[in-house]
Amino acid sequence: MSTVPSSADQVAAGLRGAGYLPAESTALVSYLAVALGKPVLVEGPAGVGKTELAKALARSLDRRLVRLQCYEGLDEAKALYEWNYRKQLLRIQAESDGTGWSDVQDDIFGHEFLLTRPLMEAIASPEPVVLLIDEIDKTDQEFEAMLLELLSDFQISIPELGTITSTTHPIVLLTSNNSRELTEALKRRCLYLWLDYPCLEHELAIVHLHAPDLPETVARKLVQLIATIRELDLKKPPSIAESIDWARALLLLGATDIDADVFASTMSLIVKHRTDLDIVADRVGVKLRAGAGAGVAPEGA
Amino acid sequence: MPAPRKPDARAAALFGSTTGGPTGLAARLVEFGEELRGEGLAIGTSELLDAVAALELVPWDQRERFRAALSATLAKTPEDRKTFDLVFDRFFFRAAEQAAVREGVREGGGIDADAAAQLDMEALRALIAEAMAAGDEGTMKDLARLSIAAFGRQGQGSGVVGVDVQRIRRALGLRSEPQLGLPPEDPRRKGVPRESLRAFEAMLRRELERAQIERQQALPPARPLNEIDRALPSGPLQDLAAVHRVVAQLKRRLKTQGQEQRGSQRHAHVDVRRTMRASLQTGGVPVQLKFRPRRPRRPEIYVLCDVSTSVTSASVFFLSVLHALHDSFRRMRSFVFIERISEVTDVFERERDFRAVSEAIGRDAGVADVSGYTDYGRVWNEFRTLVEDDLHPRATVIVLGDARTNGRDPKAEAFARITAKAGRTFWLNPEPKLYWNYGDSVISAYAAHCEAYECWTTQHLEDFVKALTSPSMPPR
Repeated sequence: MSTVPSSADQVAAGLRGAGYLPAESTALVSYLAVALGKPVLVEGPAGVGKTELAKALARSLDRRLVRLQCYEGLDEAKALYEWNYRKQLLRIQAESDGTGWSDVQDDIFGHEFLLTRPLMEAIASPEPVVLLIDEIDKTDQEFEAMLLELLSDFQISIPELGTITSTTHPIVLLTSNNSRELTEALKRRCLYLWLDYPCLEHELAIVHLHAPDLPETVARKLVQLIATIRELDLKKPPSIAESIDWARALLLLGATDIDADVFASTMSLIVKHRTDLDIVADRVGVKLRAGAGAGVAPEGA
Repeated sequence: MPAPRKPDARAAALFGSTTGGPTGLAARLVEFGEELRGEGLAIGTSELLDAVAALELVPWDQRERFRAALSATLAKTPEDRKTFDLVFDRFFFRAAEQAAVREGVREGGGIDADAAAQLDMEALRALIAEAMAAGDEGTMKDLARLSIAAFGRQGQGSGVVGVDVQRIRRALGLRSEPQLGLPPEDPRRKGVPRESLRAFEAMLRRELERAQIERQQALPPARPLNEIDRALPSGPLQDLAAVHRVVAQLKRRLKTQGQEQRGSQRHAHVDVRRTMRASLQTGGVPVQLKFRPRRPRRPEIYVLCDVSTSVTSASVFFLSVLHALHDSFRRMRSFVFIERISEVTDVFERERDFRAVSEAIGRDAGVADVSGYTDYGRVWNEFRTLVEDDLHPRATVIVLGDARTNGRDPKAEAFARITAKAGRTFWLNPEPKLYWNYGDSVISAYAAHCEAYECWTTQHLEDFVKALTSPSMPPR
């Protein structure tokens, strides 16, 4: 069903079918990306589903996902292409005497000796793909500059071979945690999507999707608690990924309610800093205890 | 960077051929882009073209989609997003009102004064509090109008929108803090949710502006967004988390900062050992010079933070800055002062919670002896007795304070002696530069001996941290 969707609602439906519940703006920007053929720069706190969006988009459009994980020191040889020099050497050695250098040279700089890396793969792929460039802010500015040609014209220039232009139009998603200011030139070429923590109802739906057997009351209490915890001053507030993990853990434990004890024993799933643990235990754990103390038997039963 | 306003004709020519929609919208869009540029966003022609292309794919009758399409193409950082939202609301509200004034359309079905006279203020209070607790926007909007009418009847209107909004809010007894004096069934007792309180204030503002425009049959002149709109939240406890998030961001930027300049700026120091080693490849001839890597400066820091009442709102911000600095710099000592000085390095290493910190400071520090007013002169002298021997040229002293001496002697010469011993001294003043040296502010006496920055927005803070970690002295 690799048809091009014709409205934001269709994209939203497709994403939902692929197990991703998009917010209004997410669906809209994804649709614009498909329709306008522009790359999307996705920013937001860690764990709000930036990478997941790319995966879901690939699933819903029935395209292959090509992923490039960025890190400090990533260079062209690992992102774009590399000459397979071992094979080139073998080729030269296997050559019988008498063949001119020019013949060999034409030969060894051919497609056969090119090792394609993710970016090249996405460009050269015969069927359209979704290209995910993950955590672009981890690379240096030089690498960003190298991406510019790719992002605006979907082509790559190789000195020995010439320009390789994409035959099909890939959908490009770049994600960033905003640890470095990206260059204006890069931003100019992209649509911008800011993903934030979802609102209560939205997150509830997400939890339901990933842990369908969790009772409604528990799920609701869970997202409420998560929302409260996010408002605290923490080093790392819990993300959607953590909500889902917690929901699954509760399901596994067969919890029917989140009371102070359950919370205390599973808290480490959602808060992952020692100082944060203290704060959360102090604020939320105590509140739960006080709330439960009124109706249920006191603690220690 | 106030951009010159371009005539509409150019806009029409620019977009006349590309858009299938009415040229009117393209022209509006260019105007909107101009407005955003005026607020400091970098909007290029390519962005505007993208916006037009996006709008061709999006139905215009849904406000949120329209806004999302524009923001995806025009506002590309979280900060820009915030400015965009403010400008978007203002621009399209004004555009609608402008059209209404031109066409002579008046709001129908409003609340007439007689109906408002029937309303009991007390009943209104309860209704609004209920709607807010429930988060019912439609009802809130209606009630905002009713309360404006009821308020107008009391004759306390000042004519200034911002003032009226606050007066109405107070008259309705709406507060975010719990009000324990109220009966238990009153929804205001537990405090109104902050979000809905803000939403309600925005509605009041909008309604008041609308009424004003209708009365005067003209739009008030457009006011550029002031810095206050974008300033850091300071004061309420919940906002501390927001400050921390900003500072955490800053910290990450700090870490990567040194590397950005790699390649563009060569360092002058040749690393002899590495050069020799590299020369082995070329038969002992040093063909390739190796340079010593640039290391970001990690200074030893002394921070003095004013916690007196005149900087109450700023000190929340300052204390969280202190927190963040503690996270980033290992060798750092912090002090708080009002009349006297007290070292709080341990407290900050132990506690993260602002309340715990301020309690600990209030309990142990004994910084306010008699009057509770800042005494800078005494503070300098005590600081010198505490750390003078430790100060050395690689040390950095940062003072966070408003330099308001309450009429006491600033003792600038004592401060000068501190700055002479320390390598660099910074002064962060939470007041806008406009207010410096007015009243009892003596910042100029101190600024002669240090680098003084105003610091009340994230941008200020970021500029400062950059200056702090830059490997070379700033040109000053």
